[in-house]
Parts: sequence; C-alpha cells; structure tokens
Amino acid sequence: MQITVTVNGVERSGDVEPRTLLVHFLRDELGLTGTNIGCDTSSCGACTIHVEGQSVKSCTMLAAQADGLSVTTIEGLADGDTLHPMQRCFQENHGLQCGYCTPGMVMAAVSLLDENPNPSETDVRIGLEGNLCRCTGYHNIVKSVLACAAESTGASK
Amino acid sequence: MIPASFDYVRADSVDAAIAALTEHGDEAKLLAGGHSLLPLMKLRLAAPSVLVDVGRLDDLRYINDAGDHIAIGALTRHRDLEISTLLASAAPLLSHAAGHVGDPQVRHRGTLGGSLAHADPASDLPAVILAMGGTLVATGPNGSREIPASEFFTGFLESGLAPDELLTEIRIPKLDAQGWSFQKFNRRAQDWAIVGVATVRANGSTGVALVNMGSTPLLATAVMDAVKSGATAADAAALANEGTEAQSDINASSEYREHLARVLVRRSLEESGLA
Repeated sequence: MQITVTVNGVERSGDVEPRTLLVHFLRDELGLTGTNIGCDTSSCGACTIHVEGQSVKSCTMLAAQADGLSVTTIEGLADGDTLHPMQRCFQENHGLQCGYCTPGMVMAAVSLLDENPNPSETDVRIGLEGNLCRCTGYHNIVKSVLACAAESTGASK
Repeated sequence: MIPASFDYVRADSVDAAIAALTEHGDEAKLLAGGHSLLPLMKLRLAAPSVLVDVGRLDDLRYINDAGDHIAIGALTRHRDLEISTLLASAAPLLSHAAGHVGDPQVRHRGTLGGSLAHADPASDLPAVILAMGGTLVATGPNGSREIPASEFFTGFLESGLAPDELLTEIRIPKLDAQGWSFQKFNRRAQDWAIVGVATVRANGSTGVALVNMGSTPLLATAVMDAVKSGATAADAAALANEGTEAQSDINASSEYREHLARVLVRRSLEESGLA
C-alpha cells in the first residue's frame, strides 16, 4: 500500500506492506537509522519518535497508521549544525554512556518538557519510565533533562 | 519481530468500521491505538487476516458531561483521560489510574475503548470501570446497545462484543465520591500489575475491583458486601480472594497473588477512607 508521511518536515512516500512497522519504514525505507530498535516489544523506548508532536514507540505502530501524519525523528531535532537544546544538554552533562538508548531518551525528554516545562527530578524520572538505559546511566540523563528545563524556563522568563 | 500478513482497512466512520466487520466476520480485528493488539501480533499470538483501523475516528474521542453520567468516546487516549479536568473532579479514580497505564509513550497511543475491548485481566482500566459501575455502549449493524461493565468481560481476552460490533462509548455514573483508591503492585514502572485494586466509595456503596486475579477483571463482591454490612477494612479485606482464580506465572505464584490481594484491598479500602 502507498503511504505518505511527513518526516522531519518533508513529505516522504513509500510502498509498504500493511504489516510494516513504522520503525522499519523509517530505518529501512528512508535510511533514517538514528532511531534504534532495542527490545522490539515496546518496553525499552530506544525507538521513541514523535508522532504529531507526542512521543511514541515506533516499534509498536504500523507505518500504515502514520499515513498522512507528521513524524519527527532524532535526525529532525537539530537545526543544521546547531544541536537542539536537549541534545546539547545531553552532551554537556554527559547524559550517555554507550549511546544506544540516547536517541529515544532525547525524544522522550523533549516530549516530556513539552507536557511539563518545569519538572522536578521525580517528574523527570517518572516521565522517562518508558525508556531503559542498560548502562544504567540514568543519573546524568536526568541531570541533562533538568538542565535543559532550567535553561528553557530561564530563557522564557 | 514482524506480524503475519494481513489486509489493512482504514475506517473513516463508525458505519464503515461496522461494514468492514460485517464483511470479514471473525477474521477481522479492530485496531485502535494498537498497544495491546500489535504486541500480540508481533509475537504471532494473534494473526487476524484483516485489520480494521478505527484509530482516526476522532468523533469517538471525547469526554463529556452528560448530566447524570460522564460519556467517554471509545477512542479517547489514556493521556486524554490523565489530563482531563472534568475527570479530575468527577471521576478522579479513572484519571489517576489512566496515568499509571504503561508509560508516557503507551499513554499517547493507547485508548480506553481498546483497553476494555481487549479484556486483559491484567490491564488497569477494565477493573477501574468495573469498580465505578460503568456501562459500555456497543454499536453494530442494528444500532447501539448498552452492556453493564459487570457483564462485559466474559473470559480471558474475551468480551461481550459481537464480531460485528464496535465499542463506541463508555459511561461512568457521576458519583459523589467519598473516597477512592488505586493500588498497583508491579516490579518495573511500565509492567502490568502483578495485582491491582480499584476502589470507589460513593452514595452509600463501595465498588472494589481486582486486576490480574483471574481470567477476567473481577468485582470483589464478598469485600463489597462486607463493607456494606459494616465490616472494618481489615475484616473486609480478608475476603479479597473469594471468587478469584489467581494464576501462577514468572512474576508470582497464585499464593503470592492471593496474599497481595488481601494486603492491597485493605490498603485500598483504608486509602478510600474506610476505618
């Protein structure tokens, strides 16, 4: 079946089987391999992207379900060479170890701050409950998200 | 993991969904948010030959004050329930419990109707709707009918919906709640409950429902009767396992679940204000 998805602001069309998962469409058809596949059972969150601005696990959504919708992947966050504030805060706070969970963590964190711009540390930990870091590097991930929140709420004051 | 092949039909109206169900019979499954069905299909535990996608039926995505009850469209997402100011005041048990389903990504996609129609005894919201005495509206080729939540769950992953019916609305009586509680015991934040308990006390009666204590979500009727007769929380909670059939699995033995049910029912009754 033919689908058209707006991916990172650009309309992308493809001919997919109905059973094609959205993450496979992004990685295999569009070559956007920043979105990782971890557990493949909607537990780990490595494949988190945004659909219509909200975090979603792309291993648990059909490409067909995204037809006509707007999707953002980790590749769509930066503005050219300028990292998205969340990406920069992960870099500055060493919010990663092996890096495998990082694209999903960053996408989940951006969605979290959209819904709660001024979270407590507990809010961040609960808000990232859908994302697992097998290096257990949570401390600096939480620090990165709090730094980004402080920066953006400070800037808007 | 990739599901077995199927034909995909996107329904653009309730009538179109029912027509597709009528055409394909029990070969077809409805797809809403997909967060119960797609994992089963990826594991090949389900292999419908036709998926009827009702996920775009935004007409069924609402939370309305309907006078004596709250009407919730079946396609309302868990996140919508979680942040609804109407539910926060009129049915706080439901909005609170919806905020504990899965994780944020799951709550962005999963729907109330999908969770109920999937009829998983380990899911949170079926027990919540049971405890609140909700009513489900099923729409089929011959119109709509109401099904009390207490009659909806007929077996493991089985509901009272006919193959050509679509769950369209969930009705929650407006209760002047004196107290409520949702207890969910799991090992990791995003896991299903090993055991869960939903309690609401209102209008002189107490609804208590159990998550994952049998092949369906269950009303703890012995507990409810004991509370009505004036029992204390501790005495009523001792009856938590009457009528249950807890299973043993990798997470817990049936004995452990029965112990948990007694403990969580007591906590739930106490948190909802019963001495």
